[in-house]
Amino acid sequence: MFETVKYEVNNQVAWITLNRPEKLNAFTEQLNKDLERAVKQANRNSAVRCLVITGEGRAFCSGEDLAGVKEDMDHGEVLRRRYNPMVMELHKCDKPIVAAVNGVAAGAGMSLALACDFRLLSEKASFIEAFIHVGLVPDAGNLYYLPKLIGHAKALELAVLGEKISAQMAADLGLATKVIPLDRWEIEVTAFAEKLAAMPTTAIGLIKKNLKASWDHSLEEGLEKDAQAQRVAGMTSDHREGVQAFLEKRNPVFAGK
Amino acid sequence: MNNHYECIEASINGKLGLINLNRPKVLNAINRQMVSDILSVMEDFEENDQVRVIVLSGNGRAFAAGADINEMAADNAIDFELRNQFKDWDRLARIKKPIIGAVQGFALGGGFELALCCDLLLAADDAEFGFPEVNLGVMPGAGGTQRLTKLVGKTIAMEWLFVGKRISAREALQFGIINRIVAKEILMEETLKLAGEVANQAPLSIRLIKESVLKAVDVSLDEGMQFERKNFYLLFSTEDQKEGMRAFQEKRKANFKGK
Repeated sequence: MFETVKYEVNNQVAWITLNRPEKLNAFTEQLNKDLERAVKQANRNSAVRCLVITGEGRAFCSGEDLAGVKEDMDHGEVLRRRYNPMVMELHKCDKPIVAAVNGVAAGAGMSLALACDFRLLSEKASFIEAFIHVGLVPDAGNLYYLPKLIGHAKALELAVLGEKISAQMAADLGLATKVIPLDRWEIEVTAFAEKLAAMPTTAIGLIKKNLKASWDHSLEEGLEKDAQAQRVAGMTSDHREGVQAFLEKRNPVFAGK
Repeated sequence: MNNHYECIEASINGKLGLINLNRPKVLNAINRQMVSDILSVMEDFEENDQVRVIVLSGNGRAFAAGADINEMAADNAIDFELRNQFKDWDRLARIKKPIIGAVQGFALGGGFELALCCDLLLAADDAEFGFPEVNLGVMPGAGGTQRLTKLVGKTIAMEWLFVGKRISAREALQFGIINRIVAKEILMEETLKLAGEVANQAPLSIRLIKESVLKAVDVSLDEGMQFERKNFYLLFSTEDQKEGMRAFQEKRKANFKGK
């Protein structure tokens, strides 16, 4: 279906695996487009209630494939044409997106992980703001998301110093939902994704939307957004099921509607 | 009122006259029949005392994704002139009752022009506006260059029209094209709420406010002030003015009759 991405849906989870292991899943134009289309497809498919993005082999994603970088290249246009639409597709997705960071996430690979909603880190995983080492600036949403996740001061340190961040350091900074031991990796990632997929999907989408909106809205606008979101969530069958299950003292079964 | 139209659905609900563009398979692409249907219903609503506010919306994923290209691809200039292609649009602009539009998905080209004929606009967060005509080697012809410029100014309008820019709901709000953004699921609900609120005001106030505001877009401030004044005076010959002011003094809710 895609040249550089494996895509499969299992138990309502869309598994999107970057599949250029010999190049540590470095981004090419094809990979940017494949990932963008895969996310769009998963978001449109009503049978999908959670997305997992991970890397084949030992890396998550090593960022832009430097083999393709030419001297006369217009870096701004590369971002506008390839990366920005991909990041916007992730941003527009209503469903929860888990970055299962199985290994190194460098440069734009780190940006990709930051644009997801959850970051599960393998104990071998690491982040690195590699841009500064080649005289460039973090891109693809990196400088947008990073300070919101860990604060301005730490974001600046990471971006300017460009030091390797181990999984444990990332967790201490607040960049990881969880660090998972190697022998538990697949089981725990699957369990986490399938748990999300069984939750009230509409409500999750509304939470994502309003949290993001909170970054540039006043309290007054935020309160109105709350009212609208609650009206929408209040009409879902998941809400009725949740209330019913509570009254009947049983576990709810959410259909994602 | 004729209840069957080829390209739209029309109905009356309480004080609201509802029009739903209904060619969802082609994202409500606007053809001549659709404009004629809309106009015919609007003119019925205009004469119907029960209807206080007109609500315009689109069935399906889009409000209206543009004009029907197939219908006009082979036309030449003289066809347009003899047919007086945009005569219905001129009459649409003269409807005196308030028109509230609800936009979800695309409002492009003729769809954007139709949206710009509304007095108030609510948009779902997925709404996208734009004039892509330039990409087809033409330009807007039903008021796009004029109404957009009056709304957002020359600088912005020129750029958007030159490059056929897609305008997000947020940008539309920022530039004063729409009144508010609401969640897609409750777009109609919120639109009907606002329409209901307007429908409960004194109809003659609403009518003369609309007329005065539209006048402001076209004339000098001094001329507009004189025009406004006459309309203000005029309202003092209505029963609703007497009722409104009496209700205020008696600390009760006014009961407006539209007289």
